[in-house]
Amino acid sequence: MEITVTVNGQQHRRSIEPRVLLAYFLRDELSLTGTHLGCDTSNCGACVVWLDGVPVKSCTVLAAMADGKEVRTVESLAQNGKLDPVQQGFIRCHGAQCGFCTPGMLMTARWLLDRDPNPSEERIREAISGQLCRCTGYENIVRAVRWAAEHERRDEVTS
Amino acid sequence: MSDTLEGTAHGNGSAYGSQPRKEDARFVRGLGTFVDDLALPGMLHGAVLRSPLAHAKVVSVDASAALAHPKVKAVITGETLAQRGMAWMPTPSHDTQAVLATDKVRFQGQEVAFVVAEDRYAARDALELIDVEYEPLPAVVDARQALSPDAPVVRDDRPGQENNHIFDWESGDAQRVAEVFAEADVVVEQDMLYPRVHPAPLETCGIVADMDPVSERLTVWSTAQAPHTHRSLYAQLTGIPEHRIRVIAKDIGGGFGNKVGVYPGYVCAIVASMITGCPVKWIEDRSENLMSTAFARDYHMRGEIAARADGTILGLRVRVLADHGAFNATAQPSRFPAGFFGVFTGSYDLQAAHCAVTGVYTNKAPGGVAYSCSFRITEAVYLVERMVDLLAGELDMDPAELRMRNLLRPEQFPYDTATGWRYDSGDYPRALAKALELAKYDDLRAEQAARRERGELMGIGLSFFTEAVGAGPRKYMDMFGFGMADGAELRIHPSGTAVVRLSCMSQGQGHETTFAQLVAQELGIGVDAVDVVQGDTDHTPFGVGTYGSRSIAVSGAAVVTVARQVRERARLIAAAMLEVSPDDLEWGDGRWFVRGDEELGYTLAEIARVAHSSFEPPEGVDAHLNAVTVYNPPNLTFPFGAYLCVVDVDPDTGQVKVRRFVAVDDCGVRINPMIVDGQIHRGLADGIGMALMEQIAFDADGNHLGGSFMDYLLPTALECPSWELGQTVTPSPHHPVGAKGIGEAATVGSPAAVVNAVMDALRPYGVRHADMPLTPAAVWRAIQGRPLRSDVAIT
Repeated sequence: MEITVTVNGQQHRRSIEPRVLLAYFLRDELSLTGTHLGCDTSNCGACVVWLDGVPVKSCTVLAAMADGKEVRTVESLAQNGKLDPVQQGFIRCHGAQCGFCTPGMLMTARWLLDRDPNPSEERIREAISGQLCRCTGYENIVRAVRWAAEHERRDEVTS
Repeated sequence: MSDTLEGTAHGNGSAYGSQPRKEDARFVRGLGTFVDDLALPGMLHGAVLRSPLAHAKVVSVDASAALAHPKVKAVITGETLAQRGMAWMPTPSHDTQAVLATDKVRFQGQEVAFVVAEDRYAARDALELIDVEYEPLPAVVDARQALSPDAPVVRDDRPGQENNHIFDWESGDAQRVAEVFAEADVVVEQDMLYPRVHPAPLETCGIVADMDPVSERLTVWSTAQAPHTHRSLYAQLTGIPEHRIRVIAKDIGGGFGNKVGVYPGYVCAIVASMITGCPVKWIEDRSENLMSTAFARDYHMRGEIAARADGTILGLRVRVLADHGAFNATAQPSRFPAGFFGVFTGSYDLQAAHCAVTGVYTNKAPGGVAYSCSFRITEAVYLVERMVDLLAGELDMDPAELRMRNLLRPEQFPYDTATGWRYDSGDYPRALAKALELAKYDDLRAEQAARRERGELMGIGLSFFTEAVGAGPRKYMDMFGFGMADGAELRIHPSGTAVVRLSCMSQGQGHETTFAQLVAQELGIGVDAVDVVQGDTDHTPFGVGTYGSRSIAVSGAAVVTVARQVRERARLIAAAMLEVSPDDLEWGDGRWFVRGDEELGYTLAEIARVAHSSFEPPEGVDAHLNAVTVYNPPNLTFPFGAYLCVVDVDPDTGQVKVRRFVAVDDCGVRINPMIVDGQIHRGLADGIGMALMEQIAFDADGNHLGGSFMDYLLPTALECPSWELGQTVTPSPHHPVGAKGIGEAATVGSPAAVVNAVMDALRPYGVRHADMPLTPAAVWRAIQGRPLRSDVAIT
């Protein structure tokens, strides 16, 4: 089947098998390998991308379901060479270790801060509770999101 | 480090200290290169057909329908491999493992056939077209039944193997233990199971194999914690000479021991590439990862602890039944069948100790040593720390006081344990005191008493652990026959920047940063001026890899050694430049200068430029600044720590909430404290997972009951509290910078603290022990039917 998907602002038209998952479409068809697959059952969230502005687990979304829609992936976070505050927070606070869950965590964190610019620790933990990290014990991910929130509000973020 | 706000920190001229990691620039952009990210021209995709049965004869495998699939390029069966002499492969524990089943399948999920197709979907489709006829056999699932005379024999392929016995191993002095037990006022005994769990790194295992038929060179990209040993095994299996095999590990998405071994899928992908002449990718899915790759633990333990009435611990006796699954593929030093379980005497001054371990085969997946266990020290620490708590309960003593009374004292180091280990250094009472102080222990006990009056179940759990990491020395320890020593190579470029090459391989531990800091510190150059190369057998010196918390302890020592060798050569060249004796030079602030005249001297960069020029080096001194070494550790290093966990238990549902976790770790000198803390956070989350959630379970027929993250539960951000860390620093006396290693300490130390806390919470019900995982159902069951104790207040 033919689908047209706007990914990170760029329109892509592809002929695909109807069963192809969005995660594999992004990775195999568009070479956007920042989106990872960790479980196939919607439990780990390494594959989180935005579909029309809402975080989804792209391992359980068919690419066909993204037809005519907008997808945003981790590759879009940095703009004009400038890192997003959540990316900077992950670097500053050691929010990434092996880096495998990081893209999904970043996409959820960005979504959270867009809706709640000053989330509590509890709110952050709840927001990422559908995602797994085996390296950080979550502590520094929470700190990284807090760091981004604080610096974003103060508009002190630099590249 | 353009991504960072402050750049590289060099406080007080030291390259050590918390600083952002070099690797994060790519990870936050989604630009890491994990194995599944590779796409080579003409690449084919593999998929593994797995046994649905735990134990069955393989009568026939018919792949003809799969081969007729238009996108299928090849199907590999056990017979294909047997023709090449590759149906079986050696394990690190002197056993063999089937690559693809030829005679029998021995666990559910065992590899039976391998399909190669044009895309990953077609490969999966074709699996369903393979017709395998099985003749089911009774399975042995419970290790406690494995040695009964009527148990089915799992390994009838092994000549002379007539039962499921693998090994008996013992350590310590049984007679001496009997003597001290006879003198004891109190003996406490407990059976406990350390359940089978799985490391479950977020990235599963995978490979891209590319056999070039013209050059006869094999290139393998894979999730390999030990690239060099993988290369050697591939050479042995395929007959391709070692120098024509290159194993590359780019970014690895977590390992925790899961990625030490060589799995059948890797071998199949290599064979598939040899057969098809195309690169072949195989990436396991999560179910395959949980069902077939290295599990951890599965130790049935009986502990007995003997003490005087005043709480002086005299001795410890342990009996272990170890379930090794269908193939003895435990990835550990080959002369240590129970790993380093021999350190079960823990952190205490015991007069006598003895353990006996029996290993058995069952119809379950192979493995056993994985999941950040420091070669079975998780099991050892859990055993001794549970026994100490049980003893405290029996003596009605405070568990902190009982530990403090029995901990090794600083003046006893180096300390020779009753089972023959020499602990290098430590100040245990200081670490425990610090943890109690951070937690405000007395206040917690007062709060607990008040809550018990109100009928609330609050528990406080302690554990004190001693780790043994940084294996070898090579004289005693080997993996796959390779002595456990690690190489390092350092080259200074003419401009004074450097490249250091490691034999170990990060899976997220931040080697690119920490090892650059080690070199920078020794040579007085910037951390950014040091490039770290790892995970490529063509470009790194030989070594046995990263596991068992070895990286800083062994490879770190190797790196410091080559840096110091380079510094010494720079001294000889600087002396020639200054026309003075090398003895007149002093090193400071990154320069060799003339003692008494600091103006007269050169930085390493200045010396490097001259060393590469037409300047004639002194007689017998090589020009250029480079060095290579192999570091053979004289002993293990022994990190330690004191942990305290506070839980609240809902008496109606059995739900455990971890409210606080205080961790005081001593891993010797810390190179990058930020990274060290991150390593500890990870292990503490492991402790919550293992104590409360994780178990690889089977039914009586050997069906795996946890083949996805819907069943195999891992802790999320909601189960984990905000960790409270403290530290003490006791340098290792034999490591060149006093570091000890931190990768697994918290995984080793934390489960006992959580379980002790839950048992402490259930004390009003008289619950002595319940096995992990302490799920709500398990806790609820432990409470049910137990009358409240009259001596512990709860209403």
